[in-house]
Parts: sequence; C-alpha cells; structure tokens
Amino acid sequence: MFVAGIDIGSRAAKAVVMEDGQVVSHAIIDTGAESAKTADKVLREAIRPVGLSLEDIEYTVGTGYGRCLIPFANDNISEISCHAKGVNWCMPSVRTILDMGGQDCKAIRCDAMGRVVSFVMNDKCAGGTGRFLEVIADILRVPLEGIGELSLESKEPIPFNTICAVFAKSEALTLQKRGVAKSDILAGLHEAIATRAYNLLRRVSPEPEFTISGGIAKNAGMVAKVKAKLKLEPVFWDEPQIMGALGAAVFAAERSALAASA
Amino acid sequence: MLANYGYTDGSGDYFLTIDTDQCDGCARCITACGENVLEMAKDDYGKLVAKVRDQVAPKLSYVCLGIERGCSRREKSCQTECELNAITLTW
Ligand code: SF4
Ligand code: SF4
Repeated sequence: MFVAGIDIGSRAAKAVVMEDGQVVSHAIIDTGAESAKTADKVLREAIRPVGLSLEDIEYTVGTGYGRCLIPFANDNISEISCHAKGVNWCMPSVRTILDMGGQDCKAIRCDAMGRVVSFVMNDKCAGGTGRFLEVIADILRVPLEGIGELSLESKEPIPFNTICAVFAKSEALTLQKRGVAKSDILAGLHEAIATRAYNLLRRVSPEPEFTISGGIAKNAGMVAKVKAKLKLEPVFWDEPQIMGALGAAVFAAERSALAASA
Repeated sequence: MLANYGYTDGSGDYFLTIDTDQCDGCARCITACGENVLEMAKDDYGKLVAKVRDQVAPKLSYVCLGIERGCSRREKSCQTECELNAITLTW
C-alpha cells in the first residue's frame, strides 16, 4: 500500500511516497502561486519515476504553510509535528532539530517516539532564512550553492550587528564597494544567522543527538557555525530537505492503518 | 508539549510559552487578555488548546504587554486566570 506526504513550504514543495515503511521516491520543486497546483505537481513528480498513478496513493497527509490548501489530502498536520516525525523515522536517536527553511527557522526537541516536547518558530522577519541568503548571494554575485564554502575561507569576518534583511543588504553592498572580501562579508552574515538559530535552540533546551534539516543544512558554512555555538556534532540523513514531507508520509501510513483497523 | 511563541531581539527575550499538556482548553486566558493575543485551536492530536494567534506571533512584544512590565498591574491576566499554570512569559 502506498501513502504520501506533501510539504508545501514558502520556497520549495516536497513530496515523499512510502510503501510498507520504506521510502519509495521523493521530489522537490519550487512552490508555485497556487498551493493546490503545486501539491498536485510535486506528487506527480514523485510518482512518475516509479511508475505509479495518483490512484495508487491510498492516504495523503499535507504539511507546511500551504497545508490547508491541498484539496486531495486526507489530513493536514503542522510542520513542527511532521519534522519531528520524519527525523525520528530516519534518525531515531535525535532529540533536537534545527530546521532552516526558506522563510522561517524552527527549533524542536522531541522524545524517543518522535513526539514534540518543545518547539519554537521564528518568523519575525526574513533575516536568518534561506530567502535572505539568496538575496545576499545575488548582491555579491556568487552562486548560492557556494556561499557556505566561501564563508569558510574568511580570515577576518565582518561583524554584523543586525540581521534585519533590509539593513544587512545595504550594509553588504557598501562593504563590497569598499573592496572588502566577499568571504569576509559572508562569514559575518553566516555568524549573525547562526547566532539567531542558536538563540532559538537554547529556548528548547537542546539535548544530543542533534540534526539540522531544511535547505540550509546543505550549507557547510552555516553547519560549521551552528555546530561551534551549540557544541554538538550534528548528524545527517541523505536528504535533509524532505524531513517535513517524510514525517507527513509516516503519519499517512499510521493514520491509514488506523482507518483500516477501525 | 511546550509551545514557545516569540523571539529574541536586540532588547531581550520575548517568549510566551504554553504547556499544552497542562492546558485543559478552558479558554479563561483568552477572555482575560485585553490585547487579543491568544486564541483556541486544535493541536495535531485533536486536543483544543490555547495558542498565540498567528498574526500576533511575529510581533509578540509589541502586542502582548508581558507580565512583569505590564499585566501584573492589571486585575486579571492570562496568568492569574490560568488555574493550571500552563502559561509562562519571559518578560
Ligand atoms: S501577558 Fe497580558 S497581554 Fe500578554 S497574553 Fe497575557 S493577558 Fe494578554
Ligand atoms: S487558562 Fe490555562 S488551561 Fe485554560 S485555556 Fe488558557 S492556558 Fe489553557
């Protein structure tokens, strides 16, 4: 029996398909203007390579900020619960999760069953998110995939006392005009964002083991900075960006089993 | 579950925490709050609990007066009304 989890984030949509407790396939696409269409598209992308059709999916759970707008989902569950569930499925020893997504950042502590014990979500402003790093990469004309590595080359990081996206943007521009090395600007910004993430983590009383999920988990510079502040070595799974969708799929499997036995 | 709403900014920690395991959904905190910070909603397990309204969470310190500096001077607040001590604030 096939089940699916769909996570409609602010920047990227992810889908995970599972069968009998195993991940069969997954897909990641950009989020479009309409959540319903995006959900349909990302699920089709996920099932196509494995030769399934939409009718083969028995139960679907939606999550993410667009979760209430997925018409064909059987259920929708918050991204906080889904993240904890997904991480618990692939890394059962993890108790603390930092999720750094496109437009928000969240810290979660969970128990051995993957239930949320404490969480905090930062959606105050764009600073400290994937979107913010995109803007900075664009200003400095460096490819987004390379900014983390480049920040690690810095010898003298520039301290940023603000990570308000608007101020940091103009500050970065000014610094660049003055001829400051890109790596030093990037190192300063990474430091500021990592401090913010650390403040969130402190709130949930972090415990080992620790993982970082979301798009920014692929940024080596950010991972190094967060690790240094928290003094915990993060563990990772193959695809950190699909934790929410994975958790939604695990919920889908549980709930469809429950529905079948009722 | 401890649901933490709020943030740390340049001037300090502004967090309102609701212990949803304690909360029994009586809704007295909502009527007590004069600033319309809280609302009732179902959690992921179908339990009705208090939460900070989505529109308020990103600007919590501007809407919620806090206990120490604000609502402790009022006759009623979310904290005085919650008999289960499910709500804590950092300021
Ligand atoms: S501290 Fe005051 S303003 Fe804030 S939620 Fe409680 S009653 Fe409302
Ligand atoms: S007063 Fe306390 S128990 Fe009642 S709804 Fe508010 S937080 Fe929950």
